[in-house]
Order: sequence, then C-alpha cells, then structure tokens
Amino acid sequence: MKTLRILATGAALAAATALAAQDAPKSGGTLNVVIQPEPPGLMMGLLQNGPTQMVAGDIYESLLRYDKDLNPMPSLAKEWTKSEDGLTYTFTLHDDVVWHDGEPFTAEDVVFSVDEFLRETHARLRASLVHVESIEAPDDTTVVFTLKQPFGPCLGLFEAGTMPMIPKHIYEGTDYAENPANNTPIGTGPFKFEEWERGSYIHLVKNEDYYLEGKPYLDEIYYQVIPDAASRSVAFETGKVDLLPGGSVENFDIPRLIAMDNVCHTTEGWEFFAPHSWMWLNMHEGPMTDKNLRKAVMHAMNREFARDALWNGNGRIATGPVNSVTRFYEPDTPDITYDPDKARDYLEASDYDGETLALLPLPYGETWQRWAEVAKQNLAEIGIEAEIVATDVAGWNQRVGEWDFDLAFTYIYQYGDPALGVARNYISTNIAKGSPWNNVSGYVNEEVDALFAKAAVSPDEDERQALYSEVQNILVDDLPVAWMIELEFPTIYRCDVKDPVTTAIGVNDGMRDAWLDRD
Amino acid sequence: MLRFIAARLVKAVFILLAILVLNFMLIHAAPGDPAAVMAGEAGAADEKFLQDLRERFGLDQPFGVQLWTYLKGAVQFDLGFSYRQQMPVAELIWDRLPATLLLTATAFVISIVFGVIAGVLAAQMQGTWWDTLISSVALLFYATPLFWVALMASLLFSVVLGWLPGFGYETIGADYTGLARVLDIGRHLILPATTLGLFFTAIYVRMTRASMLEVSRLDFVKTARAKGLRNSLIQRRHVLRNALLPVITLAGLQAGQIVGGAVLTETVFAWPGIGRLMFEAISQRDYNVILGVFFISAAMVLLFNLITDILYGIVDPRIRLAR
Repeated sequence: MKTLRILATGAALAAATALAAQDAPKSGGTLNVVIQPEPPGLMMGLLQNGPTQMVAGDIYESLLRYDKDLNPMPSLAKEWTKSEDGLTYTFTLHDDVVWHDGEPFTAEDVVFSVDEFLRETHARLRASLVHVESIEAPDDTTVVFTLKQPFGPCLGLFEAGTMPMIPKHIYEGTDYAENPANNTPIGTGPFKFEEWERGSYIHLVKNEDYYLEGKPYLDEIYYQVIPDAASRSVAFETGKVDLLPGGSVENFDIPRLIAMDNVCHTTEGWEFFAPHSWMWLNMHEGPMTDKNLRKAVMHAMNREFARDALWNGNGRIATGPVNSVTRFYEPDTPDITYDPDKARDYLEASDYDGETLALLPLPYGETWQRWAEVAKQNLAEIGIEAEIVATDVAGWNQRVGEWDFDLAFTYIYQYGDPALGVARNYISTNIAKGSPWNNVSGYVNEEVDALFAKAAVSPDEDERQALYSEVQNILVDDLPVAWMIELEFPTIYRCDVKDPVTTAIGVNDGMRDAWLDRD
Repeated sequence: MLRFIAARLVKAVFILLAILVLNFMLIHAAPGDPAAVMAGEAGAADEKFLQDLRERFGLDQPFGVQLWTYLKGAVQFDLGFSYRQQMPVAELIWDRLPATLLLTATAFVISIVFGVIAGVLAAQMQGTWWDTLISSVALLFYATPLFWVALMASLLFSVVLGWLPGFGYETIGADYTGLARVLDIGRHLILPATTLGLFFTAIYVRMTRASMLEVSRLDFVKTARAKGLRNSLIQRRHVLRNALLPVITLAGLQAGQIVGGAVLTETVFAWPGIGRLMFEAISQRDYNVILGVFFISAAMVLLFNLITDILYGIVDPRIRLAR
C-alpha cells in the first residue's frame, strides 16, 4: 500500500513536472491586438477612456493590481499596511524601478502623481481624493496616505486606470495638456511606446529594464486600428490579429469566431469594472415619475430572452443596483423578474394614459439597437407604446445628460466597490445636467443618501455590508432605473496566446504576463 | 481665357468662404459637443472636467467669436487643433493624404479606363449579347451598395480564397522597404481600389454607351459616313470625342472627391485615409477636423470644376468660341 502511494506520488510529481515544463512561459514573439476606436492619446493621466487604458495599461502602472476576487496584489508597491483606525495607508515601493527614460521611480513621483497631477486632471479619482488629508514621502520607497476619515474602498483606488503613476521629472511645473511628452508617453510599465501610425497601428516594444525578472515575455505588441466591426472579425479569421478584446466584434459574430480551431475565449477580466446595464427611467418629469409605471416597465422586460438572443447567453440577470461580482452585493432583494401579468397589474394601477414613451438605445453597435427593439416589443406586449429615438454617441451624451428621454439604455462600470461606482448613480447630491454618468434619473431619497454616505466611511466591513444590503433593498423597491444584465464581454484569442487575462482588470491591465506558445 | 479663369477664381474664393461659414453653422447645430463626447468616453465627468475641456478648446466662447476665430485661422491656412487627436488638423490631414490619394486616384484610373472602354464596346455592339452582358453587369454594380460589395469582396478574396489582404495599408510589422514595400502596398490596394472603382466604372459604362449611341445618330456622323470615312476613324475622331463631354463632367466631379476620400471603402478596409478621418471626426464632434476636411474637399471640387470647364473648351471648340 505504501509503495503504491509512493508510486502514485511519483507519477503525480512527474505529471506535474511535465505540465509545469509545458506551461513554462516562453519569451519572444509579437502579439497583434485589435484596438477600437483609435485612442485619442496615450497619456493615461489625461485620458481615461477605454481604448487609451487598453494600450497605455502596458506603459503605465500603479501601486497595486487586483486578482479576480478583487484582492489587492503587489505592483509598484511590494507591501502595504493599513492602520487599525483605518486612517493611514503605508506603501513600500520596489527600489529598482526606473522610468522608460532611465530616471529612477521614487515615492516623490507617487506624491506628485496623485496630489498634483491627477487631482487636477482625473475627474473620477478627484471625487475619492476628498477623503485624503495628506500624501507624504518620508523616504524614496515609502508613501503614506493619511485620510480625513476612514474610506472603505480606499485600497481599491490603486489600479492603473484610476491612479496611473506620472513621471514628476517630466511634468512638474508644465502645462500638463500641452506637454510634448504626451505624444511619447513615459511610464514604468512592461512595454515602451515605440511608434504610432495614426489610423493604422500603435507599436509597443518590450521594456528591457523592467523590474520583474524575465517579464514581460513578449517582444512587441501591435495594437491595430480597424474601424469596421465586420472587418475586425475578418482580421481575426485570417490570422492578422491574435486577440480581440471584449466588445471588439458584434455579438452575432462571436459564435462563429469561437467555433474556429485553435481559438479560445474567456469572460474573465471584467470583475473590477463589472459592467452593469440598465434603462434610466426619467424621474425628473413625465410618466416615469409614477412608481407603478416603473414597476410595470421592470416586470415587462424579458431579460433572459435578450441575454440569450442578443448576448449569446453571456451575462447574468441583474437583481439590483450592485453587480454580483462587486463587493457588498446583496442577493436577497425584492423580485424584479420578467412577469407580464404582474406588469399589466402595475400598469393598471398606474396613471399611464397611453402616451408614447421616448426610448433611447445606446449607440454602441447593432446589439444595443436590437435590444431597444426587444424592449419596445416587451413594452408593447403589456400595452405601453414606445418610440426608439435614433442618435449617435454625441447626441446620446447630450440627450441623456440633458434628461431628454423617458427610457434610456446605458451601462456603467462599478470599479469594485459601491462607494466608487454605484452610489454616484443614486445619490441626490449627484443630480446635475451635462453628464450622462451621474444620477441621471433624478432619484431623490434622503435615506438612500444617508446610507451610501455612512457605508463609504465605515471602517467595519460587516457594517458596510449591512448598510449596503439595506440600500439595495430600498432601491430595488423604488426602481429609479430598470436593471437589465450584468454584462460579460468575451475576450477572444488564439489558444497559443497564454495568460492574456490574469487580473480583474483584464486586457486593460496590460500584457505583462502574456506569452506566446509558438516556436 | 485668362480673364475667365481669374474671374472664376475670385468667385471660387467667395464660394469657399460661404461653404466654411455654412459648414461651421451646420456642425455646431448638431447635438453634443466634443467636450461631452470626451467626458462620455472617460466614463465619468464632473463640472470641472467639462468646464476645463470647453475652456481649453474655446467652446465656452460665444458662437460668433468661435466662428470669427476659425475664419481668421482658415484664411491663413491654419485649420485649428483636433480636440480628440490632440494635434493640428493640417498635420492630421497631411498624414492621411497620401493614403487617400493613392486609393482614390487608383480607383479613378480604374473606373475611367475600364468604364470608357466597356462603354464604347457596348455601344459598338449594340443589341448583341455582349452589349446585354456589359450593360447588365454595369447596372448590377451601379445598384449594389458599395458597403456590401466591399464586405463581400473582403470575405471572398481574403477569408475564403486567402489571395489578398482584407484590410490595412501595408503588412504591419513586416518593415518592408523599396520594391517589396511597393508590392505590399499594391496588394493591400487591390481590394479597396477595385471596390471603390466599380461604382464609378458602372456609371462611366452607362454614360459612355448612351452618349456614343446618341452622337452616332447625329447628322455630322452621317455626313462623315457619306464621305466614305473608315468606321474606326469615325468612331474615334467624331463619335467618341463628342461623346466624352458628359464623361469629362463626371470625371471632374469624381476628381473633386479624390482628396475628400471614400468614407465607406476606407472604413471597411481600414484604409488610413481622409474619408475615415472625417467619419470618425463626425461621430466624435471633432469640429475642426470635420471643417478642415470639408474645406480641403470643397477647394478641390471648385478647382476640378474649373479644370473641367477648361477641358470642355479643348474637347469642344464650340464652347471655347462661345466664350
């Protein structure tokens, strides 16, 4: 018996060794990735749009990264501590990091990046920095963030898109927007900027001086700009590109592409963003101020059909304002499932007088247009008339920002914590014309405001969970929006591309760990 | 003739200014501005973010001031700064110009050469199967949406047959030089240039055929035949030359679009030209880029109209004399 066990252990060891050898990353090779639309620039401190982050995520870094359960992992900071009162966060930096121009990266760069540069340029981070009392660098490798009061999601702020590190020696004392270095970005990341042929491609090359031994594995990356969705599919099918980031191709092309030989796909890498889709219901004025009508609309939505028919079965049915992969999600909320009979009852109880509702699709491609058509049909089934209003991106921004709609599709990132990506859409202090990303519905509930405010600054995780559970129940009962689907965007790639997605931020976190299993 | 050209040039300058003003007003009438689009792309924007952007781009100024600033720059050939691409518009257009010129000029040559030859053949073989075949194919290409033809061509020749690259200007990362690069670009050019050329080829075929048949029934052709001239000489010297007038008009119009690019073709084939630049600029409300491309296109259309008028005079002496 003992011999058998030894043999089995030996066999397992041999298999593990063989597997390890097979899976050992190989260095070298070129990765071709689709980027769409072409980013306006690559200076991540100035531009926070998706395409910029996808490319610049290879060039810039922050203090931390996050695993797929949103736990912080080392990046430029190798260690960190949080004081017991939740007011002081101390980071210890790697001491051998250099910028792409050879200058050393120090704690002074962190202080400059956050306290001066990003406080000026980064709208999303600026909202969180109100909780920060001071940022200090007692020595070259130590940074201390002192807060005014505990801020629950504080440790979630240190990812590259939210808090990219900016070289102080290049930007200090300059006009940030006009600095010539914006065209040749300098970061600490695993890849360096090499060339940008506008309209065609962006070329990054391996950072030979990267502080992690052996990384990155790839020699170079080409981000190819292909404006038409069908042509992006063709580019992948013909082998011109190796990786299609989520959302690069139309959903109806995905089954064909993933059925190809040597093609893999994953829906991982969106846990931090947690894209959550819903329809804004205009509560400023008009028919949607009627709670019964909002409930009728919610129960009329056949979201399972939309997910299966339009999103190829990808995604989860949303149960409320917090995405199920975001922290403090509460599954036990009032029922908002598809139920046409219930919807008709609520419609009967409402003041709806048969007027036609203006329904705004999201102008991000065919799937959203079709989804609006499905929603229109769902509404018609219970007796609500809706008219789809055609817009382009700029028109959509304006109409939604100016509250010129009855129902409007959208999806919004949650950034790992309700205090960062959920509260902003429901608190009454965030009602202002001009932005499609705030409390667009115009929902006002003092209790909700107070719960979100208290949960954000509570130092106790259990208390935060209780507060967020309570607020989720209130919101699902009030229905300031009609939550639709927790979206999943598959990243499609050739199977010999290994580890393209290793964190909760997916391909936007750079290709530091990616390698090619090619000879 | 010189006075005529000078007068036309002065008129052209005023037309160009009127076009600039009208375009400026039209673009600003569309909902949404570049600051809102950029804020939208950032996924988050507060008042300060939007205000900063609008101040930086001068969008917080009254409409009249914005228009005046733009016109002042335009007359000095300063087309302004691209809000989104973060670089001067003239530089952007200049960067994209070679790709666009290569595509549209190749399509121009393809369409004129094949269109006129096929049109002449169809006219000479009127009523035969060849005439029916040429006319039917021309009608098919004329009626089929360019976008669809482009996609099908890409699928057939790139995905199914694997003969030609389906997108892009050259092989990315290949770093070809010299003849190898020319051949590489040539391979990438075949599908977009042919697709773009097909539509105009079809028009040239139909127009040349109809015009040839019309002219060949006129009295001076009958006279030429009565004089016993050879048919080939009649066709070449009398019929074709006169039948080319409408073709030249159309060629002038097409040539005017050469610099404006080809929005659909460039988009489907990821051709980095001006048409695509404009398409993207419109959806992003990048006002200065849109206006810059319109400005250059309008100037080219005016220029080629002038050239067409002069060519008319050369081809048809009656027009020259009338002046």
